[in-house]
Amino acid sequence: MKTFSGKVLFLDRSDINTDEIIPAKYLTEITKEALKPYILEDLILEGFDPKKDIKDKAVIITRENFGCGSSREHAPWALEVNNINVVIAESFARIFRQNMYNCGMFAIELPKDKIDYLFGTYAKKDVTLTVEVDRDKIIVECEGKSEEIDFKVGEFDKTLVKEGGWVGYADKKY
Amino acid sequence: MKYTVAEKIFNAHRVDMPFEDTHVLKLDAVFCHEITTPIAITDLQARGMDRVFDPDKIKAVIDHVTPAKDSKTAEQGKILRDWAKRHGIKDFFDIGRNGVCHAIFPEKGFVRPGYTIIMGDSHTCTHGAFGAFAAGVGTTDLEVGILKGVCAFHSPKTIKILLNGKLKPGVFAKDAILYVIKELTVNGATNMVMEFTGSVVDEMSMEARMTLCNMAIEAGGTCGICYPDMTTVEYLWDYIKDEFESKEAALKEYSKWISDEGATYEKVFEFDLSNLEPMVTFGFKPDQVKTVREMSGTIINQIYIGSCTNGRIEDLRVAAQILKGRKISDDVRGIVSPATPAIYSQALKEGIIEIFQDAGFCVTNPTCGACLGMSNGVLASGESCASTTNRNFNGRMGKGGMVHLMSPATAAASAIEGRIANSELFDKGM
Repeated sequence: MKTFSGKVLFLDRSDINTDEIIPAKYLTEITKEALKPYILEDLILEGFDPKKDIKDKAVIITRENFGCGSSREHAPWALEVNNINVVIAESFARIFRQNMYNCGMFAIELPKDKIDYLFGTYAKKDVTLTVEVDRDKIIVECEGKSEEIDFKVGEFDKTLVKEGGWVGYADKKY
Repeated sequence: MKYTVAEKIFNAHRVDMPFEDTHVLKLDAVFCHEITTPIAITDLQARGMDRVFDPDKIKAVIDHVTPAKDSKTAEQGKILRDWAKRHGIKDFFDIGRNGVCHAIFPEKGFVRPGYTIIMGDSHTCTHGAFGAFAAGVGTTDLEVGILKGVCAFHSPKTIKILLNGKLKPGVFAKDAILYVIKELTVNGATNMVMEFTGSVVDEMSMEARMTLCNMAIEAGGTCGICYPDMTTVEYLWDYIKDEFESKEAALKEYSKWISDEGATYEKVFEFDLSNLEPMVTFGFKPDQVKTVREMSGTIINQIYIGSCTNGRIEDLRVAAQILKGRKISDDVRGIVSPATPAIYSQALKEGIIEIFQDAGFCVTNPTCGACLGMSNGVLASGESCASTTNRNFNGRMGKGGMVHLMSPATAAASAIEGRIANSELFDKGM
């Protein structure tokens, strides 16, 4: 069972593309685990060091259009093998977003003001975030305090997360 | 009710609506290549589900790294090859018969108006040029497509993009789409179908329409779509002549796949392209676009002409017209990759390959290789490439490299100059 809780990595940029998440030269790998060391290797973001900043993180919070570009499911897989099963953004590229849910992972969209608030309040702090699937709540914990934020995902996406992905669901149903 | 093309295609293919805004569609074709399909195959095997829904509707090609460059890519090819054989997939294109997926599949007549198509490749949007709904998907969606012949989509909200006027000589579909992406931004069409229409599209060949639709994904679009017309029928005629009494009859049938007057659009953009100049990208996002004039003089190290965007015969003809009797700069490396064996043969017959070679180009076999820095033309750090491909992301053609996207005409002219330059085709047209 995947966990939807852990420390947060803030990536303060829009349009982070699939080639930045996992460069094409690693697409010759045929196991997900092999992708682990290369995550976000080519990310253009000042001060970001993929070798240091990924460690112990389980959630990414970012801006608009995360995962644009290629259809490669290697992008969510690279996150998954690094124990990151939740990405929260203002918006996602279509294929990336669907790939996340198809793998039973969360791609949660929040309005711009909420994303701005999360960056403004927590980006420089040590934050733990938990997604409570059944209550549609995100719980943010920081410096001994916690707060809840509502989120909405479609019934189809929720079903995919609960069923553990699209393949088993579709094979039963169609 | 009035419907868009995409809505009509959805209505004709919907097998289920398990939830609001979730449409499960029957697929007319599932396309596969050796980068994203082998993991789908091995996962299906691990689940004890090594089946295919219909071997005749699955088309497969080895195109990204071919010939194999190392043991890993050899293994990817082998998994796809063995799978195609095991399941009786007849339309499998291995080395010697293989080409870039989005060039070879339409060329073989596998794409028809009104079709639903998925592939584990984001540039699957190319096939909308035929009035089809074609979308790139990840490996899991591909797996379900292979297994069950279905795929789930949200409602196909559509943006209508009217390209009015007439392109000047030396201005091409690539310039038009770069301009559109600049205007819409890389996020401007996310979750939406981009319907291209207007006099500029009407005059375009199928090759040019494929260039246009190919880059829909660079604005975030699910699919690019052009309405089928006589140009579509002419392109497909060899494959459909037994199905129809005449070309007019085919056109009548395909005209089902044109949006109704009064259909609902999310947005409508209207661009007059009569004064459009050749365009080129300058950054790491495909919406960072300037005119070639503004970028002229920018030093380049490599020129790449090829890919699913601009590796078709028309593209090679235009480049050859500029390169004929000329030499490329001593300071650049020129690489041309005809997108399919048929294009390669045609270029040989027309003397185009000889023109490229005489100009100093290296001619490679058909492959996607250089476009995504996988093989056949990777850049060194700090180098830049004038490229007819579709993506200029950081590191795309090699770590630390810069990619300038442009038309084949601009690429050929830039090869001669050793820096970004407008082609004489355009200068004459000023």
